[in-house]
Amino acid sequence: MYDISALYEAKTVQEAVSLLTAHPDAVIIAGGSDVLIKIREGRLAGCELVSIYGVDEMRGITKEEDGTIRIGSLTSFSHIHADPIIKKHIAVLGEAVNMVGGPQIRAIGTIGGNTCNGVTSADSASTLFAYDAILELTGPDGVRQVPIREFYTGPGRVALKKGELETAVLIPSKSYSGYKGCYIKYGMRNAMEIATTGCSVNVKLSRDKKMLRDIRIGYGVAAPTPIRAVHAEERLRGMEVSAVARDLLGEAVLEDVTPRDSWRASKDFRLHLCSTMAKRAFTEAVRRAGGEIDE
Amino acid sequence: MNEVNRQFKQVTCTINGKVRTTIVDVRASLTDMLRNDYRLTSVKKGCEVGECGACTVLIDGEAFDSCIYLAVWADGKDIITLEGLEGPNGELSDIQQAFIRENAIQCGFCSPGFILSAKEILDSGILYTDDELRKLLSGHLCRCTGYENILKAVKKTMYQRLGKKLPPELEQDETVST
Repeated sequence: MYDISALYEAKTVQEAVSLLTAHPDAVIIAGGSDVLIKIREGRLAGCELVSIYGVDEMRGITKEEDGTIRIGSLTSFSHIHADPIIKKHIAVLGEAVNMVGGPQIRAIGTIGGNTCNGVTSADSASTLFAYDAILELTGPDGVRQVPIREFYTGPGRVALKKGELETAVLIPSKSYSGYKGCYIKYGMRNAMEIATTGCSVNVKLSRDKKMLRDIRIGYGVAAPTPIRAVHAEERLRGMEVSAVARDLLGEAVLEDVTPRDSWRASKDFRLHLCSTMAKRAFTEAVRRAGGEIDE
Repeated sequence: MNEVNRQFKQVTCTINGKVRTTIVDVRASLTDMLRNDYRLTSVKKGCEVGECGACTVLIDGEAFDSCIYLAVWADGKDIITLEGLEGPNGELSDIQQAFIRENAIQCGFCSPGFILSAKEILDSGILYTDDELRKLLSGHLCRCTGYENILKAVKKTMYQRLGKKLPPELEQDETVST
């Protein structure tokens, strides 16, 4: 038995919005792999829950006419990993979510929950940053779209207003067409692990594969929220694909990241990880894009 | 809690092939419902926070930790517990027999969960590599002996079901044990 004072179940997005408006103090529960644990630990004991797990219209992955990939916020990690649209167009996201917890957690955990709980270590977050994802939020005033870079307002805090819920993750065609990427998760174990640091790099090369037309670098646990390494991206954009660029990247990311000491790892170790992982993810992303880095 | 205002809900789902209905307290986990309402005690209460995998059941063919799944969510779902693997005359399934043969069981607490994850793996009809199998089984903790024999049991059953010849390292193992 969970220590819940009331449970309100929504079957549609509209029902969810009205329940959240009627019960402003209630906590949203999607898959529950964070919320139920917090209730068990006592941190959320006695709370009211609005369950959106039954809102089936928020499940599934579709490619819209303009090429935007729409991932319903309740789509589980296991379904994202197995989805043919994801495999074909945004394979890195499928790989990243396949590193969350263990198989059973990936069956219940949702991409919406992973973003809305606001934690920096979320395995999907850095890759969603690297894909410049847009989040669709639905509330009493209708639907709005927020770029993921503006969604996180602090550790554990996101830009959801009262009565609002995240209904979809959108990846526009311009964010993934022509890009190849790589996500690296550093942890002490291969499973049931929270990332010590995570780094996701997307690159777009010129036709002859010699020049970096664009690069996007997303990090988890390199700052209080997931971030983009914008300085490093600016330095690298337009450079020739080379070991020089890679080594410069390793240096430049240190301007962007602000990791801290925690019981999982020290700040110094995380700085080292940020640099090394960026270089490795970059090398692999370039390789996947058909380029080569000469030593 | 000052005010006791208990909330109940009717839940109808298919459990091990039979349609069942009960009324649950909305605070109940699926583990609570399966153990208390249906006496399916193969569903173990281990960590109760989704780490150990002892409470694993199949929901619509996929392995879930039933401890972090609200019972009310089971409405309309197809659930399989270890009891559902029993044959019409009480026979054990191939994977259960493999667990016994490979000494993949000691205290037995983790076994129902492991076997249900193994069922999902085997039912997929895919021939996995050792690394893939390890990853697919990684949502379970065994505190007795470790994982080698469990891996071997799943691997041998996988090869048998697919009608493939056992890899040399497992074949050698067969001749020693018989």
